[in-house]
Amino acid sequence: MAREILLGDEAVALGAIHAGLSAGYSYPGTPASEIMEYMIRALNKESGFKATWCVNEKVAYEEALGVSFAGKRTLVSMKHVGLNVAADPFMNSAITRINGGLVVVVADDPGMHSSQNEQDSRYYAHFAHVFCFEPSNHQEAYDMTRSAFDVSERFNIPVMVRMVTRLSHSRSRIETREIKKENPICYGQGQDWTLLPMNARRRFAHLVSVQPELIALSNKSPFNLLDLKDHDKSLGIIASGIGYNYVMENYSNQENCPSLLKVSTYPLPEALIAKLVNHVETVLVVEEGYPLIEQTIKGLFGIPEKKLHGKLTGHLPRTGELSPDSVREALGMNPREHLRIDSSILASRPPQLCQGCPHGDTFNALNQTLESYPKASVFSDIGCYTLGALPPYKAVDSCVCMGASVSMAKGGAEVGVFPSVAVIGDSTFAHSGITPLLDAMASNINMTVVIVDNAAVAMTGGQPTFATGEKLVKIIKGVGAPEEHIRVIVPLPKNLEKNIQVIREEIEHNGLSVIISLRECIQETKKKNKKGAK
Amino acid sequence: MKQDIILAGVGGQGILSIAFVIDNAALKDGLNFKQAEVHGMAQRGGAVQSHLRLSKSHIFSDLIPKGEADLIISVEPLESLRYVEYLNPDGCIVTSTNPFCNIPDYPPIEDVLMEIRSVKKAVLIDSEKIAKKAGSSRAQNMVILGAASKYLMVGEEALMEFIKVLFRTRGENIVNMNLRAFQVGKEAAS
Ligand SMILES: Cc1ncc(C[n+]2csc(CCOP(=O)(O)OP(=O)(O)O)c2C)c(N)n1
Ligand code: SF4
Repeated sequence: MAREILLGDEAVALGAIHAGLSAGYSYPGTPASEIMEYMIRALNKESGFKATWCVNEKVAYEEALGVSFAGKRTLVSMKHVGLNVAADPFMNSAITRINGGLVVVVADDPGMHSSQNEQDSRYYAHFAHVFCFEPSNHQEAYDMTRSAFDVSERFNIPVMVRMVTRLSHSRSRIETREIKKENPICYGQGQDWTLLPMNARRRFAHLVSVQPELIALSNKSPFNLLDLKDHDKSLGIIASGIGYNYVMENYSNQENCPSLLKVSTYPLPEALIAKLVNHVETVLVVEEGYPLIEQTIKGLFGIPEKKLHGKLTGHLPRTGELSPDSVREALGMNPREHLRIDSSILASRPPQLCQGCPHGDTFNALNQTLESYPKASVFSDIGCYTLGALPPYKAVDSCVCMGASVSMAKGGAEVGVFPSVAVIGDSTFAHSGITPLLDAMASNINMTVVIVDNAAVAMTGGQPTFATGEKLVKIIKGVGAPEEHIRVIVPLPKNLEKNIQVIREEIEHNGLSVIISLRECIQETKKKNKKGAK
Repeated sequence: MKQDIILAGVGGQGILSIAFVIDNAALKDGLNFKQAEVHGMAQRGGAVQSHLRLSKSHIFSDLIPKGEADLIISVEPLESLRYVEYLNPDGCIVTSTNPFCNIPDYPPIEDVLMEIRSVKKAVLIDSEKIAKKAGSSRAQNMVILGAASKYLMVGEEALMEFIKVLFRTRGENIVNMNLRAFQVGKEAAS
């Protein structure tokens, strides 16, 4: 046994490595990125497995499927909205006969610290009829990831580990266990992996038929703890994931805590829930995310003779993340005394583009060009450049999901938006921008795509990008854009006038143009200089 | 025995380095700890904070409840005020007095300092001047750590040991400069 200080994300990664991992795949996204970053760092030390960044989450998931087909253990990690992109392989992989253990780690972002929404991935696990673990602390993140591989191989299904920002990005100490060997190679069977209707019907019937066994597994799981108190039967608590921590934080010791069921696995441990509900008068459900457990227990009609409290009843906030304080209120305790100041002094300090960021120069040129086009719309995408929505730039009108800039610009242009401009980063372009560009090119739509190529996935910490510089230009040519309307500019203050001229020309061109605004992220330049200096 | 600490500053000011030193020192002193960090948009000049919890017994929540924090350690004065409601009524602020003005509506610095002084236990440190004395204004985070050290439940020796570990790869001069910054910070607070 060894002790290590790790982030929650890193505990997941190490759990996978120690479970005999053969290959890990991911696309960056907060708060999941540190899982792959840890694996890549571990590559040098702990031999054997592969770990790579992929072009997007769907590709990452499918690569993991190939590993599982070959009988080896594989982990695919992503942020919550990444699973939307990978939803197709995820849903369908539940119908295949998973061979080597496949664990999908999804890090949710309740409170939207750095995301477009706060969707709850446990619903995806339910939707796909697969098993899901929800750790509450670092040790569990390590232990449950290990167990997830065993469950995956025992039932031949993908298994989800659901993380949340506060655990992913919290650091603590864990104790590690023995390191398992990789599985030998052993191919899957064609009829279990070829989802023609005749195979898929048989496989889906099988998936449905094992559901009672998954529930039984949940009922017996050592990660689900039921503690019934006989002295007070008024209140009982069902708490899952980090919700459990916030409950326990408010009781000075285990003894004075009411009856409690800690839920860590899905499908829900029905027998344990029944025991708790039967034991008490009022049940409080504390879960991070949407009210999944609460809604399931309530059903359409609720439970006769019992009170059920939670997010649906307003005892806990329906949006945003839980905190020890909001849970304290739901437990009916008085708030703790605390210091106060005159908060009017607290000017907010939102994130902003770094001093000298290339995106700033691109937005300056774009804004000045568009001054002569008051009806212009700028459809943006996701990356550092989304900060162009804030002052001083206020340069963009939308940001929905990765790749949507190009497709939205096409849709807008088709019904009369002019100029219709898309702004998209190089990594986002590789992730989801190529296909909509192919689409727009097919009818030579009158729109202007600005690719802000900073040669990095900067927003999430500077991971490598797949298509930058020359290669990016080649891809755009390959999509069919006319060479004279593929323009490369260098976003620097001294080039401002030149760049305005180029943007104006391409807006005036009646058809599709692509402008590549090419200059490296200065954080990456700094990193390289540091390395060079060493 | 427990101690709850909020570390505050602006992205890029090195609060995660402070956290690294205290985390490891706590582990060495046989304490449990949890430290919730903010990742993602850190390098872009936004407000950054970290909840750091030390205890002899098990720690449940990664977040500090409001009114439980014993100490705010901040590398920037306005940021030290942002989390005051986490402090218990006897809580203490150790902060730099040097403003990081990257927003148009930064309040007058005298008002900010006055508000900080309204907290019963407040230690204000001109970290820029002191860090320069130690060798570089970039060591302000270690100055502030030094100033806060006498309030911490981890030992000074362990803190110094992990300052050495933190800067090991940057060479002996940088290590010594940061150790100096820690020491002069400590003296300035006493
Ligand atoms: C489906 C999905 N995956 C991942 C993310 C997280 N994410 C936000 S922006 C971004 C990439 C940004 O890279 P790029 O487009 O090159 O812009 P840059 O930040 O470098 O300016 C990522 C990975 C997301 N929001 N949605
Ligand atoms: S990290 Fe890079 S791309 Fe992002 S704001 Fe800073 S310089 Fe710009």
